[in-house]
Amino acid sequence: MKELRLMKGNEAIAEAAIRAGADAYFGYPITPQSEILEYLAEQNTEEAGGMIVLQAESEVAAINMVYGAASAGRRVMTSSSSPGISLMTEGISYLAGAELPCLIVNVARGGPGLGTIQPSQADYFQSTKGGGHGDYRLLTLAPYSVQEMADFVALGFDLAFKYRNPVLILSDGVIGQMMEKVELPPALPRRQTGEPWATTGKTPDRERNIITSLNLDALKHERHNLRLQEKYRQMEAEDTRYTTNLCHDAEYLMVAYGASARIGGKAVEMAREKGVKAGLFRPVTLFPFPSKALYDAAKNVKGILSVEMSAGQMIEDVRLATECSVPVRHFGRYGGVVHAPGEILEALLQLAADSGQPTACRKGTPLPADQAQ
Amino acid sequence: MEVQEIINEKNLVYQPSKLLTGAAFNFCPGCGHGTVVRLVMEVVEEMDIQSDVIGISPVGCSVLLYDFYNIDVIQAAHGRATAVATGLKRVLPDKFVFTYQGDGDLAAIGTGETIHACNRGENITVIYVNNGTYGMTGGQMAPTTIPGMKTSTSPRGRDVATMGHPLRITDIVASLDGACYVTRQAVHTPAAVRKTKRALRTAFENQKLKRGTSFVEVVCSCHSGWKMTPLQSNRWMEENMFPYYPLGDLKVMNGQT
Ligand SMILES: Cc1ncc(C[n+]2csc(CCOP(=O)(O)OP(=O)(O)O)c2C)c(N)n1
Ligand code: SF4
Repeated sequence: MKELRLMKGNEAIAEAAIRAGADAYFGYPITPQSEILEYLAEQNTEEAGGMIVLQAESEVAAINMVYGAASAGRRVMTSSSSPGISLMTEGISYLAGAELPCLIVNVARGGPGLGTIQPSQADYFQSTKGGGHGDYRLLTLAPYSVQEMADFVALGFDLAFKYRNPVLILSDGVIGQMMEKVELPPALPRRQTGEPWATTGKTPDRERNIITSLNLDALKHERHNLRLQEKYRQMEAEDTRYTTNLCHDAEYLMVAYGASARIGGKAVEMAREKGVKAGLFRPVTLFPFPSKALYDAAKNVKGILSVEMSAGQMIEDVRLATECSVPVRHFGRYGGVVHAPGEILEALLQLAADSGQPTACRKGTPLPADQAQ
Repeated sequence: MEVQEIINEKNLVYQPSKLLTGAAFNFCPGCGHGTVVRLVMEVVEEMDIQSDVIGISPVGCSVLLYDFYNIDVIQAAHGRATAVATGLKRVLPDKFVFTYQGDGDLAAIGTGETIHACNRGENITVIYVNNGTYGMTGGQMAPTTIPGMKTSTSPRGRDVATMGHPLRITDIVASLDGACYVTRQAVHTPAAVRKTKRALRTAFENQKLKRGTSFVEVVCSCHSGWKMTPLQSNRWMEENMFPYYPLGDLKVMNGQT
């Protein structure tokens, strides 16, 4: 029987974590995602089912607690928002280097610095291009509904263990805070099988296990890096995700993820009503970016509007994917401002009105006069 | 008497722990790390807990602990060993978890993690090697460097007016309710080595009894960093370090041996 509930995105993540059989959560409060820790604390998860929930003294500590618990081969997660994720990046680099599975949730807010507590998508670069030091990648899932917030938890754990790599859910304050109907995922049993690589105590029947990201020999370390790259290519081949809506006959394509896809989808429908054949291409994995699918989807279009709550970050991947074969424009509000469907529609209509005119590849949309002040 | 007659089983008084892999230690000859590292495995072996123990190595001269130990080991980011230990111990509450850290690792970059793990009373053993300097990176000033001591980043000696005072983090840890056993030891004489071994044993026994955090500081020399011979550095340590870091127990709970 379906279990339906009206929930905030943040609560859905927390409830889904319990149901996914997560063994441990470590986190530090930060708006707009504190409900995750609060919800888990309220559920008394340790007594109810053995899930450890611990408030750490900082995000630095939280991610290193994740590193320790993940070393035991358990399903471990943390969540934070932009400034907290910045603090975690050293630890995330270690997790990727030591090949530990874990789930990290970023309910992003506007930066840079302390920025604002309002929603933002300005952590795209940080999420998909490394963030911390070294040649590593995070498999990055971008939910655009409360339902996906819930569904991506178990999916995220599965992918983390499939690749022995951290998985990031990159959400934003809109999706984290909004309430929607959600069909709760089924409750999974707790992980029983021990991972052969886990540091759980060296029993006589096996060699000792070592979790480390250190290699003093550069050639050995190059081989390690090559193997990591191989893994990232495998992610690209097997776990790239995206959705399309009204793309089959589209002349103008909007590319947007997360909350922008939510709002942009509305603008696409409005454009259709005005006779402009628009379609929405939504990357669901930001890394691996659905480059090939986007290249194919863009073959017959006259222009692309890349919509983000940022100054233009994903647009770089959109341009790389389409190899500048189609004019690509950016439309974004940022610093915590969420765009309205009307203004996205305007940008779409403008793109259509300008069709055929070459658009410089690197040019973004100039700010309207009132915004430029 | 022939050498062969002397070197035989019945004259054996000491042998390295079987839990050492036999890999050559990477420490400078005469460094205290070598002694502390082996003592930990001797205690683990004597308690017969090798299949239930997980060690956490820091960033510092002891980073390669896992090369020497035939047990499961996690290498932690600089300063974060007690946070890593927290995560691990929380999901494996019945295993023995210890961290092994230097003073730069534990008392500078990792101060926050150290204090909070001990304050939560994480049921772990923290082994803290205080040599008053950053050994691995070449002998820079540490928070524990004593006043006037010359290092590569305090070439005219540590000036407390601008560089602060030596941090006695062990005293702070002793003041925390979560810490059940806090002691400061050394390994510069055979007697001191025996005491340190006893302290380590107590610290591991406490985990079995789920008493909270056990914290064992070992004041060591870093003769390479200090630019002395091992002998000189031991003498220098006694004369200059011990007054700042007096040896002995700082906190012992009833029933601890
Ligand atoms: C984030 C970070 N900062 C700095 C370093 C460089 N580093 C490596 S070891 C070390 C100091 C180690 O000193 P200590 O903890 O006293 O251990 P010892 O080598 O003396 O045993 C430093 C600063 C690092 N690896 N990571
Ligand atoms: S540098 Fe100092 S602490 Fe490191 S091994 Fe050498 S003597 Fe020991």
